[in-house]
Amino acid sequence: MKSTALSLSVLAALALGSASAQTTVKIATLSPLSGGQSDLGTQIRNGAQLAVNEYKAQFQKLGMNLQLVAYDDQADPATGTAQARKIAADRSILAVVGTLNSGVAIPSSQALVSSRVAMVSPANTANNVTDRALSNMNRIVARDDAQGPAGANFLTDNLKAKRVYLLNDKTAYGEGLTKEVEKALKAKSVQVVGNEGTEEKSDFSSIIAKIRLQRPDAIYFGGIYNQIGVFIKQLREAGITTPVMGGDGMDSSELATIAGRGATNIYFTTVAAPIDALPAAKTFAANFQKTFKDQAQGFAAFGYDAAKVVLQGILAAHKANGNKVPSRTQVESAIRKGTFTGLLSGNVSFNSVGDRRSATLYVMNVQGGKYQLSARLPVRPARQ
Amino acid sequence: MDLATLLPFLVNVIAGGLVLGFVYAIIALGYTMVYGVLQLINFAHSEVFVTGAVVGFEVFRVLTPSPMNGYLKLLIALLAAMVISGLLNVLIERLAYRPLRNAPKLVPLITAIGVSLVLQDVLRLIEGFQGRFDLTYTLPEGFSGKFCGEGSSCVALGNALRTIGLDLQLKDVILIVVSLLSLAVLNYLVNRTRLGKAIRAVAQDRVTAGLMGIDSNRMISATFLIGGALGGISGVLFGLKFGTVNAYSGFDPGIIAFTAAVLGGIGSIPGAVLGGLTLGVIQNLIGVTNIFGGLLGIANLESIDASYQRIGAFIVLVLILIFKPTGLLGKSNVEKV
Repeated sequence: MKSTALSLSVLAALALGSASAQTTVKIATLSPLSGGQSDLGTQIRNGAQLAVNEYKAQFQKLGMNLQLVAYDDQADPATGTAQARKIAADRSILAVVGTLNSGVAIPSSQALVSSRVAMVSPANTANNVTDRALSNMNRIVARDDAQGPAGANFLTDNLKAKRVYLLNDKTAYGEGLTKEVEKALKAKSVQVVGNEGTEEKSDFSSIIAKIRLQRPDAIYFGGIYNQIGVFIKQLREAGITTPVMGGDGMDSSELATIAGRGATNIYFTTVAAPIDALPAAKTFAANFQKTFKDQAQGFAAFGYDAAKVVLQGILAAHKANGNKVPSRTQVESAIRKGTFTGLLSGNVSFNSVGDRRSATLYVMNVQGGKYQLSARLPVRPARQ
Repeated sequence: MDLATLLPFLVNVIAGGLVLGFVYAIIALGYTMVYGVLQLINFAHSEVFVTGAVVGFEVFRVLTPSPMNGYLKLLIALLAAMVISGLLNVLIERLAYRPLRNAPKLVPLITAIGVSLVLQDVLRLIEGFQGRFDLTYTLPEGFSGKFCGEGSSCVALGNALRTIGLDLQLKDVILIVVSLLSLAVLNYLVNRTRLGKAIRAVAQDRVTAGLMGIDSNRMISATFLIGGALGGISGVLFGLKFGTVNAYSGFDPGIIAFTAAVLGGIGSIPGAVLGGLTLGVIQNLIGVTNIFGGLLGIANLESIDASYQRIGAFIVLVLILIFKPTGLLGKSNVEKV
């Protein structure tokens, strides 16, 4: 009897509470906040936090108390999935901004799909993130299969290459990317004078001898910066100044450090734009600096954009629900179907599987160890 | 493609293979010395070698701003690496192998692998504290330039070499000279000095050597000191040649140098050198097989490219072991009963 009385009084207190206070509405971020990739993961969290700060007042007026909760996936699929289950259990979380790693996004979105929690990814590029056509998984960056053709286009249109030498690091990433480049080059009837894989990390002398013999106009290397950096260093020391291009695996300041004096005439495509390449980002960067005492990087801008997509989605669902707090299902479909504006990287709308209808790839150029934006390439997913 | 373009190409590939082979050879000497005396494969040698490379990096980093002569900087780097790698190797022997000297042969082998893993992470930790992972050598001006290039007094020689395809960088030549010098010193040490005689005696029969008044523990320490110093030299040469090194860089060259030691006949000093050079050249030749496949119109060869370099080296090893199990220059051990 006693316990019934107690629970009754608790219920009464809760009812009173909700009558006087506002409903709490949360969005979550899921990104690595500890471990080797925590720098990038924290940028995503902080970017999303700025968006939440911006929308707080507007949500307040509609009777919603907006909060951001940050979950740490440690860049690990298993941890990410466990965190996703916690997110699913917290009914006040309506949507998620995340993740950094495709390998984490795939199982986490799977864990969230049955509870209809929408995810908007600021960073994942693997084709399989959206190819599974989950109702909750969306992304605002370009796909991997856009990167290969974009690289090939840059080789032919900007670098005017007629003969290209292809290399890859024999990983799923490098081999897949180079295959896409090769396909696109062949379609443009560019001559591929060499195509080989190598796991070598220090000695590239036989490959360089072949490059010297073949005299390509450009070299495309699908791989990661630490291997490509050594290759470029040795290539330049051998006196070969041919431009070298690659994918987002080269997007690291370490590339120029490793290549040393050879860090010149290098190009790579990347999904996370440098902040100064986004026209609207000036105030954002200043704001970020003021709030977090840290320099904003590309992933912060994309975290901000992804959070804005989520927040505008919730507002749209709120309106469609007769100005009542929307359900997760309503938010999920509002995000997939909506058009989102006022973002740093331009307007966003998604196709039927959650790919951004028109995304941008950025081509960076390294000259004398300095990184600068060389081109922006609009790319579209295969399905509209 | 005609002979006039192919010949320089081939010379270039073989020269590159020889330079690479010298790095392998000096690492292989470290394996072979220890094996010759203790019949133990010191798998930690690859980390001893990386330690040398890291020491070399630190020396060049500290000395970069100084206006000191580039060769003097290299000499300091080599000496520092020799001392630290040599002492490290002695320490490893003292702590990890000596207590197990009479244990079954498999036990020190496993310890060696354990030591190797521990050392990798210790190196990673030390450099990681300073926020570094890939250590990039900043070499003195001119080291990366061409051997006998523009502005030097031997341009004519350089040009003559380049017409036959021998396009060497100054650091390649330095590497070969340092390797040959260390080989000559080692050869003198082992074959012409009392120390060398004592080491050879311990290698032949530890117990009998002990009865003749040779302190075998001291000789084993000396062997580890020399082997470690060679590892230090090869580490600096590796950094000089390839430009970057990290705590985990030792594994690949280590395993190939070990293969080179076995190929040449493990325990034999000239064998280690021959094995290293052979593997270097074979690796580079396999790396360019597809070019010749294309020229000769043999489609099967065209698919053999740089990704087969390593496998090629091991296939050669397997063939040698089938047809001459002692290696190229190894002598078979006759067990006396």
